[in-house]
Amino acid sequence: MAEVLVCKRGELADGAVRIVYFDKHEIAVILQDGAYYAYRNVCPHQGGPACEGIRVPRVIDVVDEHGAYHGQSYDKEQMHIVCPWHGYEFNLKTGEHPGNNRIKLKKYDIVERGGEVYVAV
Amino acid sequence: MGNATGFGARYRDVDLTEFDTRQALEHAANQAVERRYEDFMIVDCDSHHYETESFKEIAEYIEDPVMRHEATYQGFSGGGINIGKGNHQEMGGRIIRYRARKKEIVPPSPHRDITLMRRWMDAMGTDVACMFPTPMLNLALSPREDIETQLAWAYNRWLCERILAHDTRIRSMLYLPFHNPEECLKVVNAFAEKPGVIGFMVTSTHYRAVHDNTYAKTYRALEERGLPLAFHSASGTGSEEGLRLLNRFMGVHTMGFSWHNILHMTNWITNGMPERFPRLKTLWIESGLAWVPFVMQRLDNEWMMRNSDAPLLKRLPSDYMREMFYSTQPMEMVNNLEMLQATFKMINAETQLCYASDYPHWDMDLPSVIYDQPFLSEQAKRNILGGNAQRLFKLDTILSDVKLQRRAARGGASPPQ
Repeated sequence: MAEVLVCKRGELADGAVRIVYFDKHEIAVILQDGAYYAYRNVCPHQGGPACEGIRVPRVIDVVDEHGAYHGQSYDKEQMHIVCPWHGYEFNLKTGEHPGNNRIKLKKYDIVERGGEVYVAV
Repeated sequence: MGNATGFGARYRDVDLTEFDTRQALEHAANQAVERRYEDFMIVDCDSHHYETESFKEIAEYIEDPVMRHEATYQGFSGGGINIGKGNHQEMGGRIIRYRARKKEIVPPSPHRDITLMRRWMDAMGTDVACMFPTPMLNLALSPREDIETQLAWAYNRWLCERILAHDTRIRSMLYLPFHNPEECLKVVNAFAEKPGVIGFMVTSTHYRAVHDNTYAKTYRALEERGLPLAFHSASGTGSEEGLRLLNRFMGVHTMGFSWHNILHMTNWITNGMPERFPRLKTLWIESGLAWVPFVMQRLDNEWMMRNSDAPLLKRLPSDYMREMFYSTQPMEMVNNLEMLQATFKMINAETQLCYASDYPHWDMDLPSVIYDQPFLSEQAKRNILGGNAQRLFKLDTILSDVKLQRRAARGGASPPQ
């Protein structure tokens, strides 16, 4: 296993995505709300650049205890990565599709050391 | 644990303020190389450009001066002359190419549409693509029927002069103004011989009966010329009373795109059109595939009981449907491999199914949706990806420069089949 340098801490702006090409790996490192996440930048759907789209919170339907619908809202605790090719969404923290957790992005570990950020490949 | 610390790595920062088709489809290009698409021809029988981006040019072709002024002033969509319901294809900005494509930089020539087409075609490994408009697919729903006729002529003239005449890799099945049967025949006669015209297209989101006698001359003209007739579906939201109940675009898209072709296919069969026009080839576009076995089974069952309702038919409805052509996209393929395989068998996919991307629309399919199917032979994959369309449209074998260069670089590559 290798640790590949991604950036110095503070180098990337919050919300940024850096694509790291190493050997045959294409890894997207996302900085969101101060935390780094690393995923294989390939969508399990049709192979799109999964991490190069926008990020949006999960959309929820608001339904009361009587089954009545009261519009939609965002669950801001669950940020999603959105593949720009077809809109497949994946949980930022787990890499899992919100409707089928068997469909997920391959996750890599982030290692922070000495003011630098590495991805473990 | 090793510590490569960046040695050997390279980097690219994602910048959503820019957009370039070649970057967006880099993975598609990788797939094309990995799968050695250069070994065979790929034909995309359903792709698109945005005529709205060239609408000022198209508007100049409108003959009616008042409408031409209105079209120039108002624009086409988004409150323009073709006022319709929003259809939310870009998913609230999730599909970034919808808005970002406007930022894409292209050289002053050839026409922007040609450059954009070539870029995505080269990325995907597509050699020839049939280009259709986008908002015009719902044009027939406008209560102003004269707009359809005027725009059909204007668009077809523009397309032939500005696009098709300049790139043999881009073809089209031209728009028929279906509200006006006499004009349909005139359009066929006026454009059938134009370079790049490989057939004619009816937008399925209309409410004229396809079996009406007023279209007989048009169908016969197409049949005699050996040109196929396509039914290109769309959402149709806003006009179909039942579809108006659908409050989510997912529902509109699921139902609308299938419904309109189900409607016209049913009339096409029950009115004996395959017997009345036996050499007219039809292509059913952008309804996916799941609807075809459904209609086959329903019509077969009904016809055996109600033979007198469709006395022109000499065989089961499904026998006729198996001789028609279908475009692949959007191919239903989530956890349904067994059903998908059965569907391919029911429609004689190996000879009747034609790959379509629908690019750049939100639900586009890459060639790999066909090429990666485990139940298809290599020959079946090549037929569906190009061979069937080549036969349907009588296309010469064309390989893109990109693929020819890859073949040359490999040296001694097998000839295209």
